[in-house]
Amino acid sequence: MNKSIADTAKDHCDDEVVTPESSASATSSMHQELIIEGAGCASCVGKIEAALKQVSGVNQAEMNFAQRTVSITGDANVADLIKAVEKAGYNAKSHSAETEEDALDEKEKADQAYYKRLMKETWIALALGVPLMAYALITGEMNVNTTGEQVVWGIVGILTLGVLIVSGKHFYVGAWKSFLNHSANMDTLIALGTGTAWLYSMVVVFFPSSVPQEARHVYFEATAIIIGLIDLGLALELKARGRTSEAIKRLIGLQPKTARVVRDDKEMDIAIDQVLLNDVVRVRPGEKIPVDGEVIEGHTAIDESMLTGEPMPVEKAVGDTLAAGTINKTGSILFKATRVGKDTALAQIINMVKRAQNSKPPIGRLADVISAYFVPVVMIIAVSSALIWLNFGPDPVVAYAIVSATTVLIIACPCALGLATPMSVMVGVGKAAEAGVLIRNGAALQTASKISAMILDKTGTITLGAPKVTDVLIAGEYDEQTVLQLAATLESGSEHPLAMAIVESAQERGIETGKVSNFNAIAGHGVQAEVDGKTLLFGNEKLMRERGIDLGAFVQKAQALAADAKTPMYFAIGNTFAAIIAVADPIKEDSIAAIKRLQHSGIRVVMLTGDNRDTAKAVANKAGITEFFAEVLPEEKSKKVQELQMQGEVVGMTGDGINDAPALAIANVGFAIGTGTDVAIESADITLMRGSLHGLADAIAVSKATLRNIKQNLFGAFIYNVAGVPFAAGVLYPFFGLLLNPVIAGAAMAFSSLTVVTNANRLRLFKAQEH
Amino acid sequence: MLFINIAGVVLIGLIVWWFWLYKPKEAELGEDDLVILVENGTYHPSRIKLPSGKPVEIKFMRKDQSPCSEALLIPDLQISDTLPLNKLKTIQLPALSTGEYAFHCQMQMYRGQITVE
Repeated sequence: MNKSIADTAKDHCDDEVVTPESSASATSSMHQELIIEGAGCASCVGKIEAALKQVSGVNQAEMNFAQRTVSITGDANVADLIKAVEKAGYNAKSHSAETEEDALDEKEKADQAYYKRLMKETWIALALGVPLMAYALITGEMNVNTTGEQVVWGIVGILTLGVLIVSGKHFYVGAWKSFLNHSANMDTLIALGTGTAWLYSMVVVFFPSSVPQEARHVYFEATAIIIGLIDLGLALELKARGRTSEAIKRLIGLQPKTARVVRDDKEMDIAIDQVLLNDVVRVRPGEKIPVDGEVIEGHTAIDESMLTGEPMPVEKAVGDTLAAGTINKTGSILFKATRVGKDTALAQIINMVKRAQNSKPPIGRLADVISAYFVPVVMIIAVSSALIWLNFGPDPVVAYAIVSATTVLIIACPCALGLATPMSVMVGVGKAAEAGVLIRNGAALQTASKISAMILDKTGTITLGAPKVTDVLIAGEYDEQTVLQLAATLESGSEHPLAMAIVESAQERGIETGKVSNFNAIAGHGVQAEVDGKTLLFGNEKLMRERGIDLGAFVQKAQALAADAKTPMYFAIGNTFAAIIAVADPIKEDSIAAIKRLQHSGIRVVMLTGDNRDTAKAVANKAGITEFFAEVLPEEKSKKVQELQMQGEVVGMTGDGINDAPALAIANVGFAIGTGTDVAIESADITLMRGSLHGLADAIAVSKATLRNIKQNLFGAFIYNVAGVPFAAGVLYPFFGLLLNPVIAGAAMAFSSLTVVTNANRLRLFKAQEH
Repeated sequence: MLFINIAGVVLIGLIVWWFWLYKPKEAELGEDDLVILVENGTYHPSRIKLPSGKPVEIKFMRKDQSPCSEALLIPDLQISDTLPLNKLKTIQLPALSTGEYAFHCQMQMYRGQITVE
């Protein structure tokens, strides 16, 4: 159901943006560059150059072998060039591929230009509207009764038309195009509102006798000011919107532009998009890691806080993985590039955050349904309001009808309603990403805010997931050395964390493992195999009892170990009990504090483990958890999730994302907890980039804050429209003689959506509780 | 006055018919690639017809500077993407079963519909 991060990356690649400019320039430009992959020897150069020269239109093809680029002059299509290289047995991609950062720069430039245009339009409209309004307020004279007034107001009317064209053209064109498309939007309301006011005023100017004398009032000032204010509102909203995407800009900014690669024993700085898979890259202290890779020389400490939220630098030595965008703190290292371009963890995180920021939680659905019908309904209310004034209103009825209809059209704001949810999601998801919490979509964000019970898998979630052998209690003829040697040999085939602890313990003591045959894993019980002709059995008490092996007084000893939060396992050689090997997995340093945070926020925390009851109880006690499920077989984990769901709980399940995949999928929200940047993001709704459970508490806190923000926005937008539209129609007039001025309606409309965006921006100040 | 009232009621009727009841013709995904233009607050064409049972691509060209027009959502297909300004953006659609799928901007002011037959 859910896609892996690799799939997400692939989708993005499939959605490759092809610019008309680039396709046009592909056939007309004189110079282009390709990046070649798979060219391992100097003799490839001639082959590639020859293949490219065969393409029609190519005049010159020169390959820079060190940089693995080829520059081509001539009129040739990029696709043909790439095809020719591929035919010659290599891979090629266009060097002009646009980076995320370029796209962002371009967007910022476009937004800046649009902002300037809107501000210019605002000043032009207000330059006419404000003096007119001042005149109206001072003199109270906006009526047309004499020929002189007709001429003056006629000139003002034409000037207003100029303002409408210069400052409001986009509203009128938008409204007309939407109308032809059988749809209506904010432009429709503004165009109809200001258009009605202007047209009525022009009728008063040119045909004064067609309206009653007391209704010969012009509304040019209102028309110009409304257009100016709405342009101003749009400009300020554009600025505020820019701030909502700060988190994604910060992530994109993490990507360095160049990398120092070692090719042919020479170090050279090349553009990041030229780094190839398996390139050897040099990074010095203080520099950013350019692409994902594996350390092949040197050791260092890496600051991964920008991706994982983990403040402590992580030690890295040969064989450890590195993530693009993180910072090398101490040593100079060489590493091999394992993921480049759109495949790096950073690129995938950016992709996921972007997608999540655009998705909508279900809470926004009602607003969506209303938005879809909103504008035509407001138009109907405006017509009805005018009819009611005409039939039942006081004189001058025409003027009242026009004012009420115009004000209804102007005050109604579908934007505030439409923006309420997406703006908060944008900021909330970005804020979570800053804390190393990746939220898959809006639905996950919403459900996370409602979680009432949280199941935590013990191993690797509450504990470090790196168990160590603590005790070996010998029962029979075999000594500790032999027991460990046989147990390690038996477990060398298993990938279970407890098995790995035993193998590691043996290695630490210099014990070599032998050959194992007939290995058989008995799910939830233990393992069985043959070593040196002996049948070995290793597992829990249940397994030993089933095989009829006498454990004697060791059962009590095992219970004592379990009460100390250790996991005792029984070892039998040739169907005779030989030893207890106890393994303990230390609780992560901050698990206890994080669990307390969850409990304080009213969440029922439940631990789940395959361990025996006594060990589970001891670990739960240490971690401050009162409820736990012990001896749970892997396939039973999802049943436990369902059990809590049956009790009416909204269940969050936290696990490593691989072994717990079915349980994570069945939970209302599945949290995959990672260990640094090498996290597996399978089937999880929310991924915690760092291993700390504080990430979990942060994720829930940020989702609660976001949902609270969305509710405030939706409430504000609903109330604004529900109260504003009837007020504008004049429902208060019969009781208090109050009728809204269209200019005030214009100001209210312009700033209603700005208020929504500003409120969403408040979320940027959200700080997860100190820990 | 009677005339004005009748005119008002007719106008309301026209609003209902034009915006809600009238179903405009759908553009079909033909041999030439269909490009949906995002301009002046609308998608053009806003109603498109696609064949069922096979994955298709639809292309968008955004010429509208308004930030609203940047996001494209197809909620039923869980697609959310951004449309760059003045650039062609291809959206891959999976094989669809017959039915209607709405696409719109975040605020639903830009609205369109895909009909799969």
